[in-house]
Amino acid sequence: MADRSATWQADTRAVAAGIRRRVFEHVLRNGEGYVSQACSAAEMLAMLYTRTLRLAPLRAPIRPGPFVGVPGPRTPGYLTGAIYHGPTAPDLDRFIFSPAQYALALYATLIEVGRLAPDGLDDFNRDGGTVEMIGAEHSPGIESTTGSLAQALSQAAGIALARRLRGEAGLVWVMMSDGEFEEGQTWEALANAAFHGLANLRVVVDANGQQCDGLVSAVGNLEPLADRIRAFGASCDEVDGHDLDALDAAMRRPSDRPHVVLARTDPTRGVPLLAEKAPLIHTLRFVSPDERARYQAAYEAMAQEVELR
Amino acid sequence: MSIEMVVRPHVQNFIDWARDKPEVVVLSADLTNSSEVGRWRDAYPDRFFSMGMAEQNMLGFAAGLAREGYTPYIHTFAVFIYRRAYDQLAMSVAYPNLRVRMIGFLPGILTPGGVTHQAIEDVAILRATPNMTVLETGDATEVESVLDVAQAVDGPVYVRMLRGVVPRLFPRTDPMRLDRVRVVAEGSDVALITSGIETEEGMRAVRTLARRGVGVRHLHVSTHKPFDDPEILATLAGARAGIVTAENHTIVGGLGSAVAERIAEAGLGKRLVRIGLRDTYAHGASREHLAREYGLDAIGIVRGVERLLGEPLGIDAVDLVDDAPVTPSASASAERSDSL
Repeated sequence: MADRSATWQADTRAVAAGIRRRVFEHVLRNGEGYVSQACSAAEMLAMLYTRTLRLAPLRAPIRPGPFVGVPGPRTPGYLTGAIYHGPTAPDLDRFIFSPAQYALALYATLIEVGRLAPDGLDDFNRDGGTVEMIGAEHSPGIESTTGSLAQALSQAAGIALARRLRGEAGLVWVMMSDGEFEEGQTWEALANAAFHGLANLRVVVDANGQQCDGLVSAVGNLEPLADRIRAFGASCDEVDGHDLDALDAAMRRPSDRPHVVLARTDPTRGVPLLAEKAPLIHTLRFVSPDERARYQAAYEAMAQEVELR
Repeated sequence: MSIEMVVRPHVQNFIDWARDKPEVVVLSADLTNSSEVGRWRDAYPDRFFSMGMAEQNMLGFAAGLAREGYTPYIHTFAVFIYRRAYDQLAMSVAYPNLRVRMIGFLPGILTPGGVTHQAIEDVAILRATPNMTVLETGDATEVESVLDVAQAVDGPVYVRMLRGVVPRLFPRTDPMRLDRVRVVAEGSDVALITSGIETEEGMRAVRTLARRGVGVRHLHVSTHKPFDDPEILATLAGARAGIVTAENHTIVGGLGSAVAERIAEAGLGKRLVRIGLRDTYAHGASREHLAREYGLDAIGIVRGVERLLGEPLGIDAVDLVDDAPVTPSASASAERSDSL
């Protein structure tokens, strides 16, 4: 758990630093993994869970259970990873996590904010567990299965419509990655959510400019992304995704339509060594013992500064 | 013998059925009147949502609504549900086992709209999709009663739906039931197993075959998955000369394949002739023309029985025993103009 400090910014900053450290540590222990996603998204995930989302508190962090089967007739009473967000209520928010490849960063966030047990990452990518590498809806904090990217926004829009039909005050938040804006479904969803006036739908996008093959600008250009989003009928604030005050203002902005916070981020933030491998930093793999040692040293330096409890 | 022809049975039935079910909502993708829910929209404007011509989003939207306790009834052409948006169907709807009902119109060759509009492999694909229940309507009574069957399923349901002028082959008092076949005719030489519009064709074939001394046990299938009615296995086991299946679908992966699986798994060692599209796409033409071209009409079924028996029966199309259709007051020709 991060230290609770005098200002919300210090608190959120501490959670963000904890996310990076936990992810970095885990990837070093594991030998490879998704680091750049935590580097770029640490502040927005910390913001969401410490300040933005209205979620019910948990009595205690949850220890991830074993995989009990897929949803279906043989698994009545199936529970999703939404249990880590506490019981739902009409005035509380919902959080739908779209880029399932960011799962490790999400799990680290849940640990930092006391919703996942601190040793929960021991189950990461372990056979028979639920803390999957590319999370599914049994995984902590994950409510729907979105590893086939760009499907969450439509689902969240359906949830937002249902909540509006019931007159609920809570918002439906979605976190997305910028690469998902290459899929046509994202634009179908934005256009249709705007058409139905879903002002209770809010999206925060980690625009880190990276995707599996490298730079988004080289794989399939999206710019001008903010203008495109607005042209599809949503409101959009474009901010520095590491600037907590800017993120906070953008996420709180009142809007009469779906609102998108386009957070421009640096996928090497906190682990500048990654820049040497750019643009192929979707997953971190070490090419030599020497390289691994340099990353280990970088982690040790980070650990000196960021204390985990 | 005469068959009642019913004009647009789904239209008013769905309105009446949904009246006391506030959880039922309809999603449409620009084919509202073509999917016979225009009047439903006017009756329940607060429960009808236009999704634009964007089926991938529509499947996800339906999943979100279902997660919140609503029961979305997607209405569009079958092809645009399972072909256009299969990954969304599988991952957003089927994997989480959500109560989404996909009402797919224009199954098989039932459209002059051509290959882009003809759902010819939907049963195969959706039978292979875990958690999915697959239903097919064969007459007006089933169009009217499939809603109750679908609504009782705790998971996603796909329906091959009939529209326009639909024959009533089964009495109103004998509604569709989940995983229950109908025994349409009794006989012990051959088993004929049909679904959808092929049942109507099969009934004509069976009456003619009976006159030539060929006894046919004819089953009508309205549930493709699950496919466990004990009547199926009993019928297969009792068919002296073998089995003929007929489906408005490719012969790969649909009803004929399901029957083949049952025959093999039970070790029955029976011969099987599958009637359907023989691994081919179709094209734009009338139902009558396409049924004749691909052997899906009554005489095509007779030819299938001949293949099974290994002997010509001397039956020509003109010999088929026809029913006199009785069309109610509304004009059937008006339906044709709406056929796209």
